[in-house]
Amino acid sequence: MKTFTYRTATDVAHGLEPGATFLAGGTNLVDLMKLGVATPDVLVDVTRLGLDEVADLPGGGLRIGAGVRNSDLAADSRVRRDWPVLSQALLAGASGQLRNMATTAGNLLQRTRCRYFMDATMPCNKHEPGSGCPAREGDHRNLAILGASEACVATHPSDMAVALAALDAVVQISGPAGERTVPVTELHRLPGDTPERDTVLEHGELITAVDLPPLGFAARSAYRKVRDRASYAFAVGSVAAAIQVDAGAVTDVRLAFGAVAHKPWRAYTAEEALRGRPATRESFLDAADAELTAARPLRDNAFKVALTRNLVVSVLEGLS
Amino acid sequence: MTTTAERAVGQPIGRVEGPDKVRGAARYAAEYPVGDDLAYAWVAQSPVARGTLTDVTVDPLVEADDVLAVLWHGNAPRLAEADDPELAVFQSDRISYRGQALALVVARTLEAARRAAATLQLDIEQEPHDSVLRTDHPELYTPEKVNPNFPSDTASGDVEAALAGAPVTVDVTYRTPPLHNSPMEPHATTALWADDDLVLYDSNQHPPGVAASIGGLFGLPADRVHVITEHVGGGFGSKGTARPNAVLAAMAAKVTGRPVRLALPRQALFSMVGHRTPTIQRVRLAATADGHLTAIDHDVVEQSSRLFEFAEQTAVSTRHMYAAANRRTGHRLVRLDMPTPRWMRAPGEAPGMVALECAMDELAVVLDLDPIELRVRNEPSVEPESGTPFSSRHYVECLRRGAERFGWHDRDPRPKQRREGDWWIGTGVAGATYPTMAQPSTARVRRLSGDSYEVSIAATDLGTGARTILTQIAADALEVPVSQVRMRIGDSTLPRASVAGGSSGSASWGWAVTGACRSLRESGREEATFDSSELIKQQEKDGKHAFGAHFAEVRVDAMTGEVRVSRLFGMYAAGRILNPRTARSQFLGGMIMGMGMALHEESVLDPAQGTWVNHDLAEYHIPVHADIESIEAEWLDEQDDQLNPMGSKGIGEIGIVGSPAAILNAIWHATGVRVRDLPARLDKILPHL
Repeated sequence: MKTFTYRTATDVAHGLEPGATFLAGGTNLVDLMKLGVATPDVLVDVTRLGLDEVADLPGGGLRIGAGVRNSDLAADSRVRRDWPVLSQALLAGASGQLRNMATTAGNLLQRTRCRYFMDATMPCNKHEPGSGCPAREGDHRNLAILGASEACVATHPSDMAVALAALDAVVQISGPAGERTVPVTELHRLPGDTPERDTVLEHGELITAVDLPPLGFAARSAYRKVRDRASYAFAVGSVAAAIQVDAGAVTDVRLAFGAVAHKPWRAYTAEEALRGRPATRESFLDAADAELTAARPLRDNAFKVALTRNLVVSVLEGLS
Repeated sequence: MTTTAERAVGQPIGRVEGPDKVRGAARYAAEYPVGDDLAYAWVAQSPVARGTLTDVTVDPLVEADDVLAVLWHGNAPRLAEADDPELAVFQSDRISYRGQALALVVARTLEAARRAAATLQLDIEQEPHDSVLRTDHPELYTPEKVNPNFPSDTASGDVEAALAGAPVTVDVTYRTPPLHNSPMEPHATTALWADDDLVLYDSNQHPPGVAASIGGLFGLPADRVHVITEHVGGGFGSKGTARPNAVLAAMAAKVTGRPVRLALPRQALFSMVGHRTPTIQRVRLAATADGHLTAIDHDVVEQSSRLFEFAEQTAVSTRHMYAAANRRTGHRLVRLDMPTPRWMRAPGEAPGMVALECAMDELAVVLDLDPIELRVRNEPSVEPESGTPFSSRHYVECLRRGAERFGWHDRDPRPKQRREGDWWIGTGVAGATYPTMAQPSTARVRRLSGDSYEVSIAATDLGTGARTILTQIAADALEVPVSQVRMRIGDSTLPRASVAGGSSGSASWGWAVTGACRSLRESGREEATFDSSELIKQQEKDGKHAFGAHFAEVRVDAMTGEVRVSRLFGMYAAGRILNPRTARSQFLGGMIMGMGMALHEESVLDPAQGTWVNHDLAEYHIPVHADIESIEAEWLDEQDDQLNPMGSKGIGEIGIVGSPAAILNAIWHATGVRVRDLPARLDKILPHL
């Protein structure tokens, strides 16, 4: 393990020198450092910046501090009542111990997962651009079916991010060039030719909060995660959904998929296909298919297409 | 005082070292304080599967002050020839598998060792490798014997004629993946030389064996090597012999003149210390219309490394299970550019009984016969191949009693009949067996001041309860309460014990302990030693097995293919149960590992890289607490006086034998989907629902 310097950030506009990275709960970064995959020179601990409040926003939303622990956010009574999909997604992730450490921003910013990326001795375009992607021909059972590139087929592992993407959450960012906001759906990138970049954040930019806008019908929302064992495993498929039905017809819907892409996959095409349609199994199937026509599965992950399709139907039927 | 005797054995006594473990006072191999000059070692492993290592260069920028030595074949001390080529570390330039130890950095700190190892420049001439097991591999051959010393092939009657003439046949191929033992405590050694004597604090299953192996390599008699193995955090077979970590630590300590500690990182346990070979097994069964087997054919294809022939005895349990006039078993092996497979809990029986017991379930379906009834109809009266009578065999009783306890009788035999919400529900059964063995061991007992006795034997406790059970056995043989017995194990300088393997520890060590304690009591002397070798040599080995039956209820999500095991039940006939508390843990642990084999565990090969790409416990899945719903083990009160003084059979492995097949058979019953390629993950089920 590489030697590094540790220090505590004292204010949000702290800045970050080259080779430095922010440390929050450490549940992903520290693992990657132990594996030799992340090799920062400096860790700047941002857990003492006081970003650990969940505050009401005027107009009904919530401002979730970047440092709010996953277990605290999952237990928040407002979240459980008004956005149950978010609480369910959080509780589906990791283990109790990890959720006690992991933060809201840290969860969003965990690196994509792939067995080659997690092994510093393997070629990987994320380790070293141009070194190649062994996953396309090798092990890719749990890798992407949507939005992947020749350079990278990794998936983003967060459950929470899938719910936040469905809920149109917005990330508050503070950086050397000032403050800006980015929707969660645009925070993570597709790999393209530059898979080494997981997100649109520039060096030194710090997420300070995530704003959760009001969405009345999110009170009827759910997260369903499928994994290879009953607990403590990353998703092989997941769906976050909220739906509003009036007189048997879908008036509005939010839908996002997990474990299918380099980012939480907001299913805009499926949503569009559903609005105004009868809230029936056939409509749900058609909507899922509309979204999944873009899927380009590899040799061993085609099952994810059927799995995601079934999850859409199952979750939407359960909600409507 | 005979009322005191017979009191301890059979009692659910808690582990005698339990309080030490709970308080953190129990020391493991990497935890002994051995002095301020302790150095730390880190292994540089091969990044290629085949080739030669021509040079190793140390990065001059690495802080040289902290690095004490960099060892590789170009500068390492020469070792004597090893029986196990995996122990001949740094003796050759050949690279036989990805992950093989190529160099060792010894440094003042663990961090410095690790960092220097990562920056070593390894000059390698890489060669094309072959890592894929297949049934048409041109280099398949028949090994002379399979582990430990069984014939590779057996045959009697005319299998082909019986198959051709039978009204009902089954011809199926089952595949089991490579599996890794993954004990909680990684392989670790702390080594120091005291004058010319070597002391090793080492995590292993056989301290005297490790002392002999390491002594041989360094040209020392075994009594000049002192192996201390007080506590072991699991081994599952992967610590049955000395592993490269012990050789590397001893070598590093010799070169640097300091105590050296080497604890393998989790990832290295997926290459350097052994695994269960993948298997491809074809089972052919022929039966009469009323379900009497006329032929059994079990053919296994498996792999070993270039370094060493380890041939798993995968089809051997088929030689003992069912009656049939025409029978054949065989093993074919191919040597690949992969690490050497070894023992992993029930080597042979665990994968072999997947194929046989699933094939029996498939036959029952074809015959439209209850799978328990099919097994009962083919119960042999003597060993099917040798004709030797069984010392005891209560397989049918396990099936029948288990069926009663599990609630089998109102089962609709048709698949895909029971649905609750999104879940398809099904049940399955499979047989279990494991050989009953005992190996020569010696124990010593001394009367201490007061009423106490010290009993010594170089056994190990892998977390199974061995120390506790030996205490109970000694107490009964001495006719004293357990509180008066002080059990010393885990040290190679104690009287020689056999390996903690083959479910033979309690029988082997308990035999020697009983002999020593009885001798002391009868002679009235202050000390007595007993060697069981002669008695064991005279004993009939054939016809001695434990049996059992596993029952599973599973539910399979119709929308996702997710499998959950609602109930897992084991009924065993395993001789006298010495301690019901530790026995239950052994049975349940085996069953849970069987669940992992059925549903979760798989080392995933990347043929291009020539290695398994999931090599930590985040990616190599074993069951977690949430996977365990209802799990129970019960046993019959089996008496067998032909075994050993305790009347016990081994119980450490039988729980993993057949339990995977019971789960796979239940998945078929729930869904109609027959998964013949383990593990039964949702992607293999969902497309067929």
